[in-house]
Amino acid sequence: MTANGWFQILAFFSVVTLLAKPLGVYMARVFEREYTFADRVFRPLERLIYRVSGIDETHEMRWTEYSIAMLLFSLVTLLATYAVQRLQAHLPLNPQHLPGVAPDLAISTAASFTTNTNWQSYVPETTMSYLTQMLQLAYHNFFSAAVGIALAIAFVRGIARRESKTIGNFWVDTTRASLWVLLPGCLIFAIVLVSQGVIQNFRTYDQATLVQPLSVTTTGTDGKATTQTVTTQMIAQGPVASQEAIKMLGTNGGGFFNANSAHPFENPTPLTNFLQMVSIFLIPGALTVTLGRMVRSPGHGWAVFAAMGILFFAGVAVAYYAETQPNPLYHSVDQHVTATQAGGNMEGKEVRFGIANSALFATITTDASCGAVNSMHDSFMPLGGLVPLINIMLGEVIFGGVGAGLYGMLIFVVVAVFIAGLMVGRTPEYLGKKIESFDVKMAMLYVLIFPLCILGLSALALMMPNLGLSALGNSGPHGLSEILYAYTSATGNNGSAFAGLSANTHWYNLSLGTAMLIGRFFMIVPMLAAAGNLAEKKLVPPSLGTFPVHTPLFTVLLVGVILIVGALTFFPALSLGPILEHLLMQAGKAF
Amino acid sequence: MMRNLRTAVLYTIVTTILFGVAYPYAVTGVAQSLFRDRANGQLITRNGTLVGSRLLGQPFSAPGYFHSRPSAAGNGYDAANSGGSNYAPTNKKLLDRIRADVATNQQDHPGADVPVDLVTTSASGLDPDITPAAAEFQVDRIARTRHLAPDVVRQLVARHTAGRQLGFLGEPRVNVLELNLDLDQQAPLHP
Repeated sequence: MTANGWFQILAFFSVVTLLAKPLGVYMARVFEREYTFADRVFRPLERLIYRVSGIDETHEMRWTEYSIAMLLFSLVTLLATYAVQRLQAHLPLNPQHLPGVAPDLAISTAASFTTNTNWQSYVPETTMSYLTQMLQLAYHNFFSAAVGIALAIAFVRGIARRESKTIGNFWVDTTRASLWVLLPGCLIFAIVLVSQGVIQNFRTYDQATLVQPLSVTTTGTDGKATTQTVTTQMIAQGPVASQEAIKMLGTNGGGFFNANSAHPFENPTPLTNFLQMVSIFLIPGALTVTLGRMVRSPGHGWAVFAAMGILFFAGVAVAYYAETQPNPLYHSVDQHVTATQAGGNMEGKEVRFGIANSALFATITTDASCGAVNSMHDSFMPLGGLVPLINIMLGEVIFGGVGAGLYGMLIFVVVAVFIAGLMVGRTPEYLGKKIESFDVKMAMLYVLIFPLCILGLSALALMMPNLGLSALGNSGPHGLSEILYAYTSATGNNGSAFAGLSANTHWYNLSLGTAMLIGRFFMIVPMLAAAGNLAEKKLVPPSLGTFPVHTPLFTVLLVGVILIVGALTFFPALSLGPILEHLLMQAGKAF
Repeated sequence: MMRNLRTAVLYTIVTTILFGVAYPYAVTGVAQSLFRDRANGQLITRNGTLVGSRLLGQPFSAPGYFHSRPSAAGNGYDAANSGGSNYAPTNKKLLDRIRADVATNQQDHPGADVPVDLVTTSASGLDPDITPAAAEFQVDRIARTRHLAPDVVRQLVARHTAGRQLGFLGEPRVNVLELNLDLDQQAPLHP
């Protein structure tokens, strides 16, 4: 680890912290429908959308109608994405004449982008036309994020309102999130990215003549070796910057190219890398301030922010340390950290990012539900790869996905307050609301569906040699890690991968697609039910026995609850995967 | 229910036009008018022929060129098929590949430890850069093959070395394609 590496990590976190307040206050105004400077531009667009779609913006919804509207919208956009993928060969903006996408891949991809997962079992540059990317995949990047923000705001209203039957209007919240928050952010961010070298065009792929031709020897199925000479390099192009901006700002993470944010056309310089990392945490960090403002307890918002910050630093410290360690199985390789090389574990990492920025990016992308990668997690050291895995397993509440991180964290807050109440033997209260049986049941449902889906499907895949195990790219304990990571990432709607797993098979497309849908919708509905129930409650005046939720003690309790729930649930599986691999690697064993 | 379904369909159509069509075209318009070269991938032409992009690496293995890192993209540096090896650190295939690459590289400096980036694949398979340490490791070979003084080669390397951006971001790096094109211009292999 170097001083410069830590300086970059601290610079990153400082920028996120400084931007949290202004953006958080702005978002609170947007969703409370107060005046903002952007109204002049977006208010006419908003009215147009409502008029065309027949939305009454003054209508307030109960949690049930809010859920139904959200589910219907998700279904319609999912089907549209499926259709466009299947038909892309007959649609415009397909200069490479790519064929329609196969049915099972198309449905899993549609589920993947609708749920803000952006898991990709395909190579985009040889599978998806420009039209499919911008009209469907980038569109979902906007709206799965906008829906996430809307849901978080609905939950916050549930806490803030009293004796109210309603929690807002789904269409209005989603529209305001996309127009006031995401669109202006993306327009600016996309242009900045282009100025650094992220491409933005509709060209056919360019064919360059290699400076030095490459001879390639391949062994055919008959065992005969044939040598070919490759003289050209086909250069994939496309409208990348516009998609890159929302991919990061909306914590989506689905790359325009297979290599995602490691691809020089997606992430050409250390500065674009820094901005991409900031943009992942930007909205989730600011939403804690929005929470504090809307429930009229700014200190509570910052206490939640602090809990997220503590867990973030714990993760990045372990990942950064692990990745700077030399691989004991390499011989005659200089892995030292010096002034002229980053050293450490460089397999699957880019020279311009080195170790610090790769470990930092991996931590951020899995703290949030982003899933973009600038290095290959599958090639991380065992303990380096453990960090992204645990981050997702904790429920992606460390800042988390836009909106999803906040409502996930608030579920843990309910559990923490409940436990605190049990410890002092009083009915738990949260910001003046009594936490009762129904609220705790819904919170526990949310907490339990997640590991059940991950561990259940992983176990199923492990028991089926022909369906589950044949797709593995690595054997030994690392194979278990690959499968565990896939279902964790899908259920957590993250989308990053231990990508050695060849997941474009019927089994993985369908089981991972199912995991994504469960991980999003089966968790949202109990969350909204809890929100609706909280909104109906009376306000209880605080007394001596009330547990304050804006203190460092609360932050520590919250961190403890998250770690205990996560550790108790997943530790056995982790000990057989990354932890065992670490021990065997130190003992000099390879697979 | 039916009312919300109708809204869902109409809402999807109108927002798709706005966010799926108008937004990317607006960004393209601004990008192409303000940063045309960058928006098109910073392509490099030599004598009228397109020879690559300054952002994308190429496979170099001849003794007269600085070598790029190994690549897992297609057959190597396939810019329409990016990706990493995804080998675990304990994978025997990775260790075999590294052993072979170490042996090749040690022909330049028998017995010396090889800089790690020269024997590991990048995440994209298109990494345009090597570390200054990896460039220095190859200076003697280039000087010998091109009949140049090592210090002349070092000066060329320095010209194509970028430091940390804004003084602290990222890592120092050498752009291999630009360096090799410059080498061809300064001291052609076949005069």
